[in-house]
Amino acid sequence: MFELFLYHIHFYLLNSILHSSTTEAEEINRLHFYFLWAASFVLLVVTVATIYVIYKYRHHENGQEYQPKTLSGKWEIAMIGVPLAMVVVFFFLMLKTMHHILPSADGKKPDVVITGHQYWWEAQYPGTRVTAANEIHLPVGRTILLKLLSADVIHDWWVPQFGNKMDLISGRQNYLWLNIKEPGIYTGACSEFCGAQHAGMRIRVVAQQESEYIKWLQEHQQVATISDTLAQSGAQIFQSETCGNCHNINGTASNGKAGPDLSHIASRQTLLTGILENNKENLTRWIQDPQKIKPGAHMPKFFLDKHSIDALVAYLSSLK
Amino acid sequence: MEIRLSDIEKNKATYKDYRILRWLTSVDHKEIGIMYLWVALLFFVVGGIEALLMRTQLVMANNHFLSPDVYNQIFTMHGTTMIFFVMMPALFGFQVYMMPLMIGANDMAFPRMNAFSFWITLFGGLLLYFSFFAGGAPNAGWFNYAPLNESAYSSTSGIDYYCIGLLLAGIGSVSTGVNIIVTVLKYRAPGMSLKMLPLFVWMSFVNAFLIIGALPSLNAALSMLLLDRQLHAHFFNVASGGSALLWQHMFWLFGHPEVYIIILPAFGIYSEVFQVFSRKRIYGYSFVAGSTVAIALLSFGVWVHHMFATGLGNTVNAFFGASSMLIGVPTGIKIFNWLGTMYGGSIRFTVSMLFAIAFLIEFTIGGLTGIAFSIIPIDWQVTDTYYVVAHMHYVMVGGSLFGVLSGLFYWFQKLSGKQLDEKLGKIFFWLFVIGFNMTFFVQHILGIMGMPRRVYTYPDLPYFTLLNLCSTAGAFLMGGSLLLLFYNIYKTARKKELDRSDPWDGFTLEWLSTALPGQKNFEALPEIKSRRPYWDLKYPDKADWKNDDKERK
Repeated sequence: MFELFLYHIHFYLLNSILHSSTTEAEEINRLHFYFLWAASFVLLVVTVATIYVIYKYRHHENGQEYQPKTLSGKWEIAMIGVPLAMVVVFFFLMLKTMHHILPSADGKKPDVVITGHQYWWEAQYPGTRVTAANEIHLPVGRTILLKLLSADVIHDWWVPQFGNKMDLISGRQNYLWLNIKEPGIYTGACSEFCGAQHAGMRIRVVAQQESEYIKWLQEHQQVATISDTLAQSGAQIFQSETCGNCHNINGTASNGKAGPDLSHIASRQTLLTGILENNKENLTRWIQDPQKIKPGAHMPKFFLDKHSIDALVAYLSSLK
Repeated sequence: MEIRLSDIEKNKATYKDYRILRWLTSVDHKEIGIMYLWVALLFFVVGGIEALLMRTQLVMANNHFLSPDVYNQIFTMHGTTMIFFVMMPALFGFQVYMMPLMIGANDMAFPRMNAFSFWITLFGGLLLYFSFFAGGAPNAGWFNYAPLNESAYSSTSGIDYYCIGLLLAGIGSVSTGVNIIVTVLKYRAPGMSLKMLPLFVWMSFVNAFLIIGALPSLNAALSMLLLDRQLHAHFFNVASGGSALLWQHMFWLFGHPEVYIIILPAFGIYSEVFQVFSRKRIYGYSFVAGSTVAIALLSFGVWVHHMFATGLGNTVNAFFGASSMLIGVPTGIKIFNWLGTMYGGSIRFTVSMLFAIAFLIEFTIGGLTGIAFSIIPIDWQVTDTYYVVAHMHYVMVGGSLFGVLSGLFYWFQKLSGKQLDEKLGKIFFWLFVIGFNMTFFVQHILGIMGMPRRVYTYPDLPYFTLLNLCSTAGAFLMGGSLLLLFYNIYKTARKKELDRSDPWDGFTLEWLSTALPGQKNFEALPEIKSRRPYWDLKYPDKADWKNDDKERK
């Protein structure tokens, strides 16, 4: 009866506190919960023992001389044995989980290559010509391999519901396996301090069914078409104001790599790694004064007149 | 032994004659100890204000009280200050003041080097803070990862000041380490074998080896970084062939032992406090002393647990995971032995003892979350989040700072001749402990929920503002309670009369000496026959060496 009760409590807490949206997170959270039970037990024993001892052996003002009592030395051996046994158990549990969720990636082709930049994410899809930024689309229902690189300082990939983190380190290649269970939007954040806008380097993953994912990839291989005249003048301003030195837009002369790829910026739901909703108003505010919205970001203020900004916004908003 | 009133009167008279110049030129270990404590207090106030600024910024989601640029400087300075210029000087202060007294020596082995260590540490701290006036404070975190610490990514001179400031303090720490080792080896009272050392002295002694083993790695890394930044060397600069991870290896090869450098002397303080206020000898001296050595040795083989998410591979990670978990065993032994010391005793709830008892629980929490980080998959989930911030403060505050406060209330009479007010102290204790848990306990939950560390602001996710608000309220409660401590110190320092020189009926030699700063410690010493020489002297019938009442050695 009691076991059953504990069993229910265990799974209730496991599922309500730690959300596991990948099989990797499931394994980590299961191990985490075993640990939390063991740790709570140790803490309970220490707390109860402390309270018992300080209550029982508190000083009494009764004038009698007290005789110190001594604990048997045998306890000492037990106190080495019990923690050591716990260490051994958790060591083997750790080995098992660790090898399960992060097997070697030797020679395997990654599904997505993610590069960290100060303060945004680039996602390339090998085998296609697709490069996305900030909103990272991933397929559900199969195990995928992410390759993690950095263009500048150390960043760290972490979507809490996906489980493990992994650093993106300049000069190194790191890998991460994921098997996302359900489609949906998952958010996370860069977790290694990377400079002024570390806090503004959020992660937004769009997990999709395989069919939708493939459809998305195909759409993004196309070049966006613009018909509107305002947008067309925006395209010219984009060139003349040197926006293309940092940003890439497929099918145009703009091929910069320092800033996020804008080929399909209008198809994203958010701007600036998920800080703002993607709409014309926010895009205007951003182009007017980037440092006001995300101080420390590498996009400079261009001092453009209102007409140019409107044209640029019209252009970017049509890049579906 | 009776305390002669004339002695105290004599002390008081000399004590009055102090002038500033006397302090500046002093080589007396007690005066240097006091100055270390003042410096720690000064930087503690500064670091504390930085902490409150951070908590004010984080009080609610999307707050704009501080700009990211300022916030990043402040959290970097908070960590650097608290570790290098608060905890280390505070513990050095107690070590250079108390250690010679506890082993019956009249000073440290090298008094002038002792003064050198103090002043160079202070200048290191002042230089670090000068960076605020020289274009900007360091802004890459206290562990200052490459390549963010390179001039390409941090163009103000803050990190240069960080390098030079910590190098100076590092030189001071190494020379103090050498000084402590020589003092313990050469200046113990006749008859006091190494096995009879008071545990505070033993732990300081072991700790000194940690210092001279670990600090050189930091000093080397800082010099290399300075070469990179000033002379365009390529140690950590990936673009020109350097390695970003080399910095992490060198820093944490120092950084992990450093954590123990900050906790071991505090363990020593607790070991003294538990004995005196339980009116009992330590339970399992050899286990407490031996586990200290085990912790010291293990500390050099665990540094990669700060780097489990850097992709070093499962084999490397498994080795360091195992070594890190093993640290739990000697630490567990210590907790058990302190409990065993109180068991069967006659416990006095002084402020000093209250801090020691609170430490047992808080440190167990911090230790257990520490084990979570050694279980690698759990580390992958919670590292670099507020969970780490919570863990680290449970060990640094609940472990080390509680030790310093416990030591302050225990030894204040020896430092100044006067005793801190116990009643005010108890109010301070409760407010501080409640504030501490309010501030940091909720941060475990924030970390698990997905709040990364070192963010100047956070989005308005469910419960984020509520938990951060609780944390900020706790921080201000801690800050407020500290004002009570400062008032207590001020009030006590202004007292005209000296208090009794052995207020707790102490066991060890520092309570035998009535010397105040500037005076010779001992004219004559009793014969040392046990670990509690002053107890033996006061209670010859119950002397430990005569009467081995089946307490284990």
